[in-house]
Formats: sequence, C-alpha cells, structure tokens
Amino acid sequence: MATKTKPQYTGKRHRLDRPELLAPAGNLEKLKFAVHYGADAVYIGGQQYGLRSNADNFTFEEMKEGVEFAARYGAKVFVATNIYAHNEDLDGIEDYLRGLEEAGIAAIIAADPIIMDTAMRVAPKLEVHVSTQQSTMNWQAVQFWKDEGAPRVVLAREASLEEIAEIKNHVDVEIEAFIHGAMCSSYSGRCVLSNHFTDRDSNRGGCCQSCRWKYDIYEDDIQLFGMDEDKFTMGSKDLCMLENIPDLIEVGVDSFKIEGRMKSLHYVATVVHAYRRAIDAYMADPDNYELKEEWLHDIQKAANRPLNSGFFYDTPGAEDHIYGPEDKAAPYDFAGVVLSYDAETGLAVVQQRNHFKPGQEVEFFGPNGTSFKQIVGELKNEAGEPLDAARHPLQPIVMRVERPVQPMDMMRKRIRP
Amino acid sequence: MATKPELITSASSLEELVRYMDAGADAFLLGEATYGVRMPGDFTIDMLTEAVKVAKPRGVKIYAALNNVMDNHTVASLPAYLEQLAQIGIDAIVFGDPAILMNARSKAPGIPLHWNAEMTSTNYATADYWGKRGATRVVLARELNMEQVLEAKAKGSLEVQVQVHGMTNIYHSKRPLVRNYMDHQKEAGAKFAEGDHLPIDGVPVGTQEDGMYLIEAERPEERFPIYEDLNGTHVMSSDDLCMIENLHELMEGNVDSFRIEPILKSVEYNEVVIRAYRSAIDAYYEDPDGYEFNEEWLEAIQDVQDPKRELSYGFFYKEQVY
Repeated sequence: MATKTKPQYTGKRHRLDRPELLAPAGNLEKLKFAVHYGADAVYIGGQQYGLRSNADNFTFEEMKEGVEFAARYGAKVFVATNIYAHNEDLDGIEDYLRGLEEAGIAAIIAADPIIMDTAMRVAPKLEVHVSTQQSTMNWQAVQFWKDEGAPRVVLAREASLEEIAEIKNHVDVEIEAFIHGAMCSSYSGRCVLSNHFTDRDSNRGGCCQSCRWKYDIYEDDIQLFGMDEDKFTMGSKDLCMLENIPDLIEVGVDSFKIEGRMKSLHYVATVVHAYRRAIDAYMADPDNYELKEEWLHDIQKAANRPLNSGFFYDTPGAEDHIYGPEDKAAPYDFAGVVLSYDAETGLAVVQQRNHFKPGQEVEFFGPNGTSFKQIVGELKNEAGEPLDAARHPLQPIVMRVERPVQPMDMMRKRIRP
Repeated sequence: MATKPELITSASSLEELVRYMDAGADAFLLGEATYGVRMPGDFTIDMLTEAVKVAKPRGVKIYAALNNVMDNHTVASLPAYLEQLAQIGIDAIVFGDPAILMNARSKAPGIPLHWNAEMTSTNYATADYWGKRGATRVVLARELNMEQVLEAKAKGSLEVQVQVHGMTNIYHSKRPLVRNYMDHQKEAGAKFAEGDHLPIDGVPVGTQEDGMYLIEAERPEERFPIYEDLNGTHVMSSDDLCMIENLHELMEGNVDSFRIEPILKSVEYNEVVIRAYRSAIDAYYEDPDGYEFNEEWLEAIQDVQDPKRELSYGFFYKEQVY
C-alpha cells in the first residue's frame, strides 16, 4: 500500500462523536455477522430498485428479521434503492418504499431524485441518503440535497480529504464516504460499458465489470504495444483507508462505508472487525493512537485485490491500477463458524463452511477478543463418530480448541503461504 | 401542429459554427472544459460572445455547456461565470450538477435551464422533478429505447432533447487513464510497437486529436475511441448512432430537439450529416402526412462514414436486461 503525503488534519483537533461504521450485507446471515463484528449500520438490497441484481436480495420478511437483530446491538439497517429508474420502473416505487418503512428500515440510499422525492412523500420515517451514484463532490450540491430534505450525502469516490473538509466547513450535513472495497474507476453512474458490450443496463444493476477487462490501445491505426506487453485496463485497485483512520475521523466523515454486498461472510466479518478496532482505538485515545500491523494483516487475509487510497490524497496514478493478472485469491479461506463451546471439555462445535481436516493450520477470530492459531486435531460429528475431514457444507463438527471461543467466532484456514 | 424540432450540435471554433449554421444547424451547445464536458473544442467567454452575435440575427440559439461534474473549486467561480453568460445573452444553460441550479437562480435569472445528466437522465418523472426546480428541458440518456423516449415526451412536462447522430460517451473517469497506462508501460520497460510514443511530462497524451481507440479481444471489429482532457478520461461508443431513416417516429412524437454529436469527426463529415437531417426535418414539416424518407439523405451520410465504424440505431430498438 502506497503511503502518501498526509495533509494536516491529524492531531489538530479531536473529534468527540464516533463515526458510524457502515457495512454491506448481501443476505441475512451476512447482516447478522456484520453487526456482530461491529458494524453500526448495514446496507442491504431489496427485491427491487437496487444495483446488485445478482445478490441474494432481501424480502420484506428478511428485512424485518434483520432490523430486529440489528436493533439488539443498537445498529441500523439501510436499503440501497440506488438505480436510475426508467419510465417502467416508476410504478410500484411508492408501495415498495412504504414496505421498507413498515419493515423498520432506517434509511434508503437513493441516486434518482424521483425515488428520494417519493420516499419523503410516502414514507417519511425513512431517511433519504443521497447515493454515491449522484457523483456529488461540491459543497453547493451537498447543500442542495440537504435543502431538499436529505440528512446525509454519500460523496463521489473522487472527493479528496481536502474537498471533504471544505464541504464539511460549508454544510452541516452527514457525510458518508467509501473507505474500503472495490471501486468504479469511472464517476459512479457515468459508465454504460455493460450496456454497450452486453446489453445489460449498468445503472439498473446489470454491471458486468467491463472496466476490468483488458484492451489493446491503438493510435492512428497502429497498435501501440506488442502482444507480450501489459494491456490497457480501467480496472482499479481496491480502496483501503485502514491506515488513515485518524484523517478520516478528524476531517469529519460521519459514516465510514465498506463496499461489498457481493462479498463473502468471511470478508465482511474480517474487514468490519479490522475497522471496528481501529476506530475504537482512535476514539478511546486519539493522542496515543497507533495503527496495529495486526489489523492490516487481517485485511490482507480477506483482500482479493491490491489496495490503495483512491482519491483521498491524490489523483490515482499508474500504480493504482491492475495491469497484470486480476483477482489474486486471499491467502486464507473461511473454514467454519463456532456454534457452541464447552469450557469444561474444551470442545467446540464448528459449522463447516469449507473443507478442513486434521493437521491443517487454522485461525480463530471474533469480535470479543478471540484470536489464536492452532493445528486442527481430531474431528468428530455430533454423534461422536470420528471424521477424516470436514467435508459437508454446514455440517456441525466437534473439535478441540486450544483457547476459549464464542458462538459466531470464525475459523479460517491458510490456503497458501 | 407541433413546432418544428430544433437541430442542435456543437462546434470547436467560430468558423465551424458558421459552417454548421450554413449546413442547417439551428442551435449549438458550446462551452469550455472547466464547466462543460466533452466539447469538441473550448469556447471561451469571448468566443461565446462572438457566437451569440453571429447566431442571433439568424435565429440560431446558443446554449452554454455547464454539464460537468463540479468540484468545490469550480463551484467557487460559478457566480461570475453565470453572470457573464447572462450578460452576453446566452439562450440556455445546460446543467447536470445541482450546484448550477443553486447559482443560476440568482446569477442568471430567467435563462432557461436544460437538465442533462448524460447516462442518468432516464425517466420523465425525474425530469419533471428538475422541472419543478427550474429546468425547461431534459436531455435524455442515450441508453433509452424509442418507447421510453416517446413516453418521456408524452407524459413529462419538459421539452425533450435526444441525440440522433454520432458517437456517444460510454465511460467517464476522473482518472488520467491513458497517461497512467503509458507511465506503467514506461516503468515496465514495455516496447512501443512503432515510433516513439513515450509520454513526455507535462505534454498531454491521448488528446482528442491523437485518434486513440481501444479494442477488446472478443470484439476485434469494434473500435472504442478514448481520449483524455482536463476532466479525465472519456471512452466513446464504437458505433455512430444514425436515426435519419426513423426520424419521423421522433417527429411524430413531438420530440423537441435532435442532437448531432460532432465530436471526433471532421467538419466535412458533420456538414454532410447536418444537411441530411436538415432535409428530413424540413420535408417532414412541410407535409407530415405525405412525408417519405429519402434514401439519398442516408446515402450521403454513408458516403462519408468511416467504414470501420458502424452506423447504428443505438439503443432505440434494443431490449436491455439487468
């Protein structure tokens, strides 16, 4: 990760209110884990009007269950209604928004003003958050949305820390910023590559990530580089601001948003856990705050692309793109979830999430301090029969753990050095 | 009968403006890269002043392009710019960012506002939302189909502008992607296939004049122009929209304004295209019932069309999924 020149925000003042950590949740289980691992709020997609048509989006019933679960932790649930509607999408918006309000959703994240306007009219208990798809990056546009009734604006990913500071100086409104995850390399919403390449409407959830494909570049009918050279791409490295938490807090960002409704349970829990610890550590003692290497290492265990700091410090350059092969798998893989633990016997019941077997190195982690590595010993099923490996998805496996664990702690296994 | 639709284009210089007026354009979108996005050339305020002087006596409208994604820095200069535009008698202000609305109310009162958010102007209800806040026209996204366009006109209350000819922007990034790639190749010691194309610090790469394009492995026939400017990187469609055969469908639907996108085309090409659409519009309004499409209009365009770029109907007759 490139460390860039930091602006002067660090150490100038200490912010008193804790920013919100906002996590993605592609389904109900991910919602529960995101909240359990420390998210103050989660955002999900419903059956309509969201930009991830491939995610297992929530029904109203699942939303209600999610809202109830989150409430036990004092966490909120937002719904992304961030498409740009076409004429035929207009019918049904009112009912859908009323359904969200009725399910106890705290806010919608909307890009199309007609969806914002309709929500304010028919579902006034829903807060309207202006989506990053609006590409808002100046204070007057932020002021406009505030005047329209939106208490929060999610800024364009192109806004720098300096620009965010200026916006906060001018307008008293909540500012949400993406701090981690995959990024559109275009202005969000200003890309219809998918429409042109595959007839899939990117602004209604059909994005097929053509920006990450490889292209040959020509000038005046001459191919500029030979076949053996790296090809052109628009694909960006992923955002990671874990090293810059104090800057983000002190500049006044109110909500720290993690991208990834399509990401795995393990990814969401790992990333939330890392940022939770960093934010809490800074808020507890800003003067003596130090970034812990361990948090960064944890992020790497779930990261699947190289990381960078986006536009926060500087316009991305050559080092911020992925010209070589894409999607290097993370060195660790999710192996299981702790269902229960018996302190007397030292045995835990672990639900299998990926194949594991005796002799493998695994690592347990959880939001309440669980953090240790061990070698997998003997495995049994619940009937007490020995197993040569944990082969079956979701099977409860009884295994000895070297330290105490808690339900919802996770076990990951190392898959490459 | 409905009013005759406008034929709007852009120009990169005053000379071009006059040539396109002579060819039959009756409105122009002009501006400079600080405020307007993807103009074929910069029109400074002085040039705009001249443009208005030349156009007014001929009944031709000049609209100012302020359709960029605006940052704090640009927004700070908006009041002065808008006052100047109001002074020189600009006919409309084309905007995407709400910051323009915030300023135009006080700095350029009474000047019509056209809402153009490029790919994201996708329905009539949202157009009406901006209408309630001062917009008089919506410039629709080019990814809509005929039914959606006609419905936007029938159900919405704003004037409707659609692009009918030329390439369309399909990707806009704030990142200097061409320069970044060249820097990477330099760093990686990549061999340039021909000549010395190594970028020089401070000298722009991949400008509109450089004629760069992208080819994706599975689509070897399609060339996607790419260029870089003050506003980042722009990737354009590999086909040129051409609706001349079906223009009457849009005219029957009372669509108010037809745009010919002149970017990355020669003046001669644009003149031919403008003349063809001028003829079709004039013929239709002379006698809507007896209107017949004249093959010669299309043939004239085909004669000057780059054979490596397909003339297409864009998204007008396409089904999209998501």
